[in-house]
Amino acid sequence: MPDALYLWILTLAAFGLFGHRVFRYVKVLSGARGEKRWDHPGQRLRLVLVNVFGQRRLIEEPVIGLAHLVIFWAFVFYAGSFFWNLVRGLFPFLPIPFADQVGWMRIALEAFGVLGLVALAVAAVRRYIFPPDRLEKSRDATIILGLIAVVLGSSLAGQWFGWRSMWWLHMVTVLGFLAYLPYSKHLHLLASPFAVFFGSLRPGSVPAPSPGASSREEFTWRQLFSGLACAECGRCDRSCPSFQGGFALSPKMLMHHMKELVRDASAGHNGTSFVGDVVKREEIWACTTCLACMERCPVMNEHVPILIEMRRRLVGEGDMDKSLQEAFKNLNRYGNSFGAPPRARSKWTQQLDFPVKDARKEPVQYLWFVGDFASYDPRVNAATCAAARVFHNAGLDFGILCESEQNSGNDLRLAGEEGLYESLQEKNLKAFRKAHFEEIVTTDPHSFQVLKHEYPATNGARSVRHHTQLLSDLVLQDKLPLPKKLHMRVTYHDPCYLGRYNAVFNAPRRVLAALGVELVEMPRNRTYSYCCGAGGGRIWMEDPPVFKERPAVSRVREAASLPNVHTLVVVCPKDLVMFQDALKTAGLESRLQVRELSELVEQAMG
Amino acid sequence: MHILVLLKMVPDVVEDLEIASGGTALDLDCQRMILSESDDHALEQALLLKERHGAKLTVLAVDAAEVDDALFTAAAKGADRVMKIVGSDAGLTTRQAARVLSQTIAEEPGLMPVDLILTGVQAIDDLDGLIAPLVADELHMPYLGIITGIALDVSSDTARAIKEYPSGVRGEFQIQLPAVLGIQAAEKPPRYVPVAKIRAAMKTVKIECAQVLTLADGGWPAVNVLEMKQNEPAGHAEMLEGAPAQVSARLCEILAGRGLF
Amino acid sequence: MTGNVCVFAEQWRGQISEATYETLALGREVADKLGAPLTAILTGCNSRNLVRSLGVADSVVYVDHPLLAEILPQTCAAALVQLFLNTRPLALLVPLTNISLGIGTLVGARLGVPVINFCKDIQVAGGRLEARCVMYGGKIEATVGATGDPAVLGIWPGARPAEKGHIERAVPVTDAAVVLEDAEAIRLSKYIEPEAGDVDLTKQDVLVAVGRGIQDRGNLGLAEELAKALGGAVCGSRPVIDQGWLPLSRQIGKSGLTVRPKLYVALGISGAPEHVEGMKGADLIVAVNSDPHAPIFNVAHYGIVGDVLDTLPVLTSMVEARRAHVT
Repeated sequence: MPDALYLWILTLAAFGLFGHRVFRYVKVLSGARGEKRWDHPGQRLRLVLVNVFGQRRLIEEPVIGLAHLVIFWAFVFYAGSFFWNLVRGLFPFLPIPFADQVGWMRIALEAFGVLGLVALAVAAVRRYIFPPDRLEKSRDATIILGLIAVVLGSSLAGQWFGWRSMWWLHMVTVLGFLAYLPYSKHLHLLASPFAVFFGSLRPGSVPAPSPGASSREEFTWRQLFSGLACAECGRCDRSCPSFQGGFALSPKMLMHHMKELVRDASAGHNGTSFVGDVVKREEIWACTTCLACMERCPVMNEHVPILIEMRRRLVGEGDMDKSLQEAFKNLNRYGNSFGAPPRARSKWTQQLDFPVKDARKEPVQYLWFVGDFASYDPRVNAATCAAARVFHNAGLDFGILCESEQNSGNDLRLAGEEGLYESLQEKNLKAFRKAHFEEIVTTDPHSFQVLKHEYPATNGARSVRHHTQLLSDLVLQDKLPLPKKLHMRVTYHDPCYLGRYNAVFNAPRRVLAALGVELVEMPRNRTYSYCCGAGGGRIWMEDPPVFKERPAVSRVREAASLPNVHTLVVVCPKDLVMFQDALKTAGLESRLQVRELSELVEQAMG
Repeated sequence: MHILVLLKMVPDVVEDLEIASGGTALDLDCQRMILSESDDHALEQALLLKERHGAKLTVLAVDAAEVDDALFTAAAKGADRVMKIVGSDAGLTTRQAARVLSQTIAEEPGLMPVDLILTGVQAIDDLDGLIAPLVADELHMPYLGIITGIALDVSSDTARAIKEYPSGVRGEFQIQLPAVLGIQAAEKPPRYVPVAKIRAAMKTVKIECAQVLTLADGGWPAVNVLEMKQNEPAGHAEMLEGAPAQVSARLCEILAGRGLF
Repeated sequence: MTGNVCVFAEQWRGQISEATYETLALGREVADKLGAPLTAILTGCNSRNLVRSLGVADSVVYVDHPLLAEILPQTCAAALVQLFLNTRPLALLVPLTNISLGIGTLVGARLGVPVINFCKDIQVAGGRLEARCVMYGGKIEATVGATGDPAVLGIWPGARPAEKGHIERAVPVTDAAVVLEDAEAIRLSKYIEPEAGDVDLTKQDVLVAVGRGIQDRGNLGLAEELAKALGGAVCGSRPVIDQGWLPLSRQIGKSGLTVRPKLYVALGISGAPEHVEGMKGADLIVAVNSDPHAPIFNVAHYGIVGDVLDTLPVLTSMVEARRAHVT
């Protein structure tokens, strides 16, 4: 029997198995909810270039990043050469050489083969001797490492010592790999370029309004696809404050559940209730929506939108803990989560020795959107007053909406109460329309997120800025006099909604520099910043009965571990409250104090 | 099985209450109203019974400020019919409201027959009476109040109701339907209904209007409020001032002085 | 009974209630100011032995009927209305409790006379009665002129100290007969006793009570530490029990326990009448609340306006230190 015939049989079998499984996955995905992800193809291609071909996120962990990059490119070349050789092998009459018979191709194959084997060795050492936390050590992974090694090794052996038996070993291994691919986590090989291409161009955005999801057909195809693209690397778990704090959520397990959901459906089973049985309620509610998982995920999976969809479903059924329910009721009725009277919203201004303009009654340049916590929580009032004095002393023409201001609604969207968000937004927009202002500034990153990206521009307002951006601009324009330099060592916490969500890292640092302080960065800074645990509506929820350590406590310990640093600077009211509480819990009150940036600016203004 | 729930709006005491210029009533002009808390429980209990027995649920209220919100919310939670009684003067007393409600229940076409009428046991402004026993008397139905649990036996037209007594004791009663029950608390806390559902209800549900059938004051003397004022703490407590450390120290001295250590 | 001040005495499970004594104390005052006799009206079945406890009254009317064995508002109202057919008293005071709620309303409606609820005091001005009523969760005080014959007044528990209304003394008793029809519409099947809690709160010397002001179930531990330091137990107001943070056996108030410890620390409790009813008899009441207008400060002996969560840990550590010193 001619070789070619054997090859045909093997090829058809392998492609058949592969194609069959992939087809079933596609069928399941096409039965899911639609989501348009074809827009801005140029931008998407660029993302693929950077993240798939450039492996950018993997290189964040340098050793394995480099190794994986090598393995990836080795794979690209070997895949190319395999198909070349396959065609040549299936159609022996074609007048084309085998891949390794072409000069430059042979060199590339040899180089990548050797480097690839070295990289595999590095990967194996990491996986089996120095495994990072939360790396899924599955048999699947071992098989894959083995298969790739055989693929590379057999090809090298073939090139160096003659192809005889190596040819069949090589072809069978690769074809076997191909057939095995859709059943293993290495489906991510196939899925990840598509996952990245069809990823969200605005990772911080909330999914389009929907009744929520609790079963397969209710998720979007991209959300289901997240399960298939996941390589179980554990980067999400390693960065997740909920998981690290010992709460019920593991983003990696969530992806695994999605994978199982698709797998089970494609195999024909439709069984247990996804929400409640497979994914527990505590997991769904444990997320702080800090976006760390999505920031680290190399295949741009969508952990947070999936959780929000499930929250929407639970909220629709009234299924949530009582304190969250109470918060929703209060927000709906009084526009703040405290259940405090709206009339008392601007009471904090009484602590100032100058009047604060009411933007509804007189025109102002800056409308200051203060926010719930800054207005009502006495622990934050000191910082709010400091900000007011800073604005005043800098000669800014600013005003507030007083009792017409409602909670901006950002956290309602993340908690799954989209309707309440819309209602709050409507009320705020109504107040905006009646007021007179040119720009919006807010001291609250959560409000900043939704005012900037979701609220339609009102009154032709020119910009929405967080106060650190405003202060930073004033520093650049030399309009912020800071005569009393502060000689202190401080550290700075990047809040999630300013940092990861909006990439505002430099503005606060510029202000700190202008104050004369020495900034000592915490190990987890900028996009690695560790969430305080209040986001996603979690500040309104009860803690679970059992957990390891609140994220805020971990964070203040991190700050306190910096030598000679006694001040933790924050720019978010929730951070202020969470970290102050955490200092008490951790017994670190004498070691570290939490200060809002405005308080330091005020000091430096003299 | 037809269950009727009676709702009332009361001033929301989260806000500061203002006294009107005459000094004998609250200034309700700028006052936000909220559904009476035990009425909310009555609605929840009715919804639970509807879920258990497939009963039809009608919600009825006298027209007042912000009552539409409460009725739409009831509809969003699952009430089949929501209705308000229009045309009466503002500010009915409890007794007048009970008369108005009873008349409408008895004579508005399509309301009777009713198997069970639920309403809150007492509202914060029930100065001159209680809705539940007054409605029961007008409709010649049995009444029991301070109810925290209801089980219906549809076949025998009876209800088993749990009533609260002092010291955590409860009494189980057999009640012949139709009956009026004053609810202290529902078996589960009032459910949450997402704002989206309420807004949807506002678009799709119609609040039926019934014209008030009789003038409210049915021949008894009006409530003679001579004066109404804020209830300031009457200087009863000696207030300890200062930071937590200071007040704690002072308090410890006081406790020591009383021999509590 | 014409021209008398009448007090409806509630008997429950073979005893006259504390609220009855409080109402009798108030009735005694009012009767004395008016120069009118005070009559206690007791309904029951084979409960005549209880009339001795109503000795603060000048006379007792006892109504015995099988249907009055348990107090049911409609039945009791029917009996009272029959009593008042020919002899209308000046005033009828009815305790506003779980037992008697509704009786006053029904008597007023059936006789066509005004009813005034929420009374915590009754003044006499120019021979006329003025009720002081606490409404809107304790935030508003209304003075209402009580006219009508009788004027029916619903009395909040705690209007007067119970001891003042409790005298064991033989007074003239009139046995009154009433005709009551039994529609068999309402029947008491049984009483359900509360689950025995691990702690008998009525025997504690010190109670640390938590209300909504502790904000989070997680903060209960702080209250427990204070209770431990003071040698007492934790209890709560109704909202806290409703949330599931404490079991029913720890509820203080109208539908829970009535306690009279040596020390009652009320943390984050607003002081709504339903709760105050259960603890007003404590020897020493200390309240911590962030709202300076909270009604709890009306019943407390000492008050602290502040954040419970700030004050609590400091107080606990000072108490612990003090305790360590002493022992």
